Amino acid sequence: MTEEILIAGFGGQGVLSMGKILAYSGVMGNKEVSWMPSYGPEMRGGTANVTVIISDDRISSPILSLVDTAIILNQQSLDKFENSVKPGGILIYDPNGITKRPTRRDINIYSIHAADEAAKMGLTKVFNMIVLGGFLKIKPVVQPEFIHKGLEKSLPVRHHNMIPENEKAIERGKEIITPEFLLN
Amino acid sequence: MDTVTKDDIRKPENLIYKRTNLLTDKTMSYCPGCGHGTTHRIIMEVLEEMGIQEKTIGIAPVGCSVLAYEFMNIDMQQAAHGRAPALATAVKRLMPEKFVFTYQGDGDLAAIGTAETIHACNRGENIVIIFINNGIYGMTGGQMAPTTLPNMKSSTSPYGRDVKLMGNPLKITELVAQLPGTLYVTRQAVHTPAAVRRTKKAIRKAFENQKLNKGLSFVEVVSNCNSGWKMTPNQANEWMVENMFPFYPLGDIKVNED
Amino acid sequence: MSMKELRLMKGNEAFAEAAIRAGADGYFGYPITPQSEVMEYLMAQKPHERTGMVVLQAESEIAAINMVYAGASCGKRVLTSSSSPGISLKQEGISYIAGAELPCVILNAVRGGPGLGTIQPSQSDYFQSTKGGGHGDYRLIVLAPSSVQEMSDFASLSFDLAFKYRNPVLILSDGAIGQMMEKVYLDDQRPRFTEEEIIKNTPWATTGKTANRERNIITSLNLDSHVQEEHNIHLQAKYREIEKNEVRYEALHCEDAEYVIVAYGSGARLSQKAVDIARAKGIKVGLLRPITLFPFPKAPLAELAGRVKGFMTVEMSAGQMIEDVKLAIECKVKVEHFGRMGGIIPSPQEIVDALESKLIGG
Repeated sequence: MTEEILIAGFGGQGVLSMGKILAYSGVMGNKEVSWMPSYGPEMRGGTANVTVIISDDRISSPILSLVDTAIILNQQSLDKFENSVKPGGILIYDPNGITKRPTRRDINIYSIHAADEAAKMGLTKVFNMIVLGGFLKIKPVVQPEFIHKGLEKSLPVRHHNMIPENEKAIERGKEIITPEFLLN
Repeated sequence: MDTVTKDDIRKPENLIYKRTNLLTDKTMSYCPGCGHGTTHRIIMEVLEEMGIQEKTIGIAPVGCSVLAYEFMNIDMQQAAHGRAPALATAVKRLMPEKFVFTYQGDGDLAAIGTAETIHACNRGENIVIIFINNGIYGMTGGQMAPTTLPNMKSSTSPYGRDVKLMGNPLKITELVAQLPGTLYVTRQAVHTPAAVRRTKKAIRKAFENQKLNKGLSFVEVVSNCNSGWKMTPNQANEWMVENMFPFYPLGDIKVNED
Repeated sequence: MSMKELRLMKGNEAFAEAAIRAGADGYFGYPITPQSEVMEYLMAQKPHERTGMVVLQAESEIAAINMVYAGASCGKRVLTSSSSPGISLKQEGISYIAGAELPCVILNAVRGGPGLGTIQPSQSDYFQSTKGGGHGDYRLIVLAPSSVQEMSDFASLSFDLAFKYRNPVLILSDGAIGQMMEKVYLDDQRPRFTEEEIIKNTPWATTGKTANRERNIITSLNLDSHVQEEHNIHLQAKYREIEKNEVRYEALHCEDAEYVIVAYGSGARLSQKAVDIARAKGIKVGLLRPITLFPFPKAPLAELAGRVKGFMTVEMSAGQMIEDVKLAIECKVKVEHFGRMGGIIPSPQEIVDALESKLIGG
């Protein structure tokens, strides 16, 4: 099993930390992992993206032009990365703020209203965990027990009281992710 | 009066001065009349009197004193041009129980090494900086230094230093005295026995400060360069008194006792 | 291996942590992207409390490398890190360190140049790293990590090699290896040298002249040309010894290969994926990854040259290592280069396309 995931959105949406929790969960599940952020001027405000690879085998390139799954959280990233999904792969996006929806018909497309849901739950800080939950519903690459351990490892100890909220958000994400276009 | 023979002079009871063992037997390469030799001697005497030879690391720069390690009988590091205070910083921080000093000329300390000088002083490293100021690059053949006086001739200011074209001499000692990290800043000379005694006292005080972990001591020694100035040793000393001292007045500039 | 502490870390952080664990005595650096995490991580760790290690932010790259010179002169395990423009500034100091035969570790997280260039990953400092870098005839031992694990492993390895040969060791990394996170098994904490150990292991160090020995002098100055030439001959003999003993490389799928990609560091990671893609298409291609860039793995390349149709170097530069490959194989078969410059990382697919167009079809 090798799963290549690109997560992209605004800085501040928790893109990098979502990737980190996913990667740490992979480590806890005894998988090989890599977490490769974009950095540089883009990091200083504007868009942020990270490529996470989780695999049973040694990972070759941590930098990829095509991925199995793209998780997209803003319009700029959708414009930039829609074509980075392998044919037959998956694109997950939050429609919040999206004016031009994805148009490809050779990939599976899911939407998740994570921003709205986070506001409804009064938990805007765990917005990214709702998205992560949605992804894990479609691609259960890591078992829930390892997600728990991953949260423990990647969150500073002073934030460990937030773990139940994070897990609640992950569960909620699993419930609200919706297929928008599926290949047969 | 009876004739005094060689043998009389060599009698122990007639011994009035002995070269410190902390200088090697190597013949000094400095020009006759130059202040380096005297300054080397009094530093080594201070180390000997304090009994810290085994605990002292000296840093020699690029310049006339690049070969200081040939004459000083202690462990020494030879630094790249201008970097001696950076070396001293690392040595002292890695071995705080040792004594560390740099021995630098004006080109080294006040031109190419200005950043290292200012920052080591500003951090207040617990080291001693000995600064030989003769207003010229001696080693490379008498070029203009950052401390060359206005209108003073050198091989790169052959018609005299025109401050409009070549900039002003840098009084770096007054400058470092402004920094909160410096404890003791003084300017001395070695052209007369009395001056030598005062300079030795200043150097002793600088090392005592280090011993007490009090901070950075900076001792400037205004010196001559008879070769570079193209004078006899006596002329050079006279010229130094008449021209250098008014611009670089001798005495303590900053003395923090706490 | 499984007993070691497992963490998910950035390459730069893993290097910093590994340096502490390798028993480093001092780090001296100056901020520059993309490696500032090294000093940030060290400062956050309070190594002065953890192991007694000194960490100092210097006033410049120049001051930092000269602090390294001084620390190494005292027989201490000292290191610095920087990125390309900062490494250029350090070159005078590195030359002094090589001349005075001092052990130290230098990390270069290479970014695209020349000049201020870009902050994105590049491999354009190969010549500077492997051919000397500063003035005078000298060589650094150059290690090229291609994973976070190697960023950790090479910290202690570098100190060992540096002290074994009294020679500076350069770790040639880049922003990609430094910024990415991977699993890393950390070495156990090594004790720092005691003063007694330093006096015993590095009797040349300036630890203070005691009555039982002559004074120790650290210098790279030999005004007598004959003495300097003797020193040069000694240095060259040492470099030949290093070439004999310390070549490290990894060969992947080279057994049946008709073509071989030669790539190091992050370029090797991209190439590994390219090999997978090409093999899936039925192209028999292997990867030879030099781990030491000096000493360069000449012998395995020469051996491969006897049985493959051609080589392609993949470098994030205009092609620098290709010259060493050509020398190693004495131009017996075709050698091509593929790379991107300016901080652009080529995709594995681009590498496969280049392999097909330049080497196989060309």
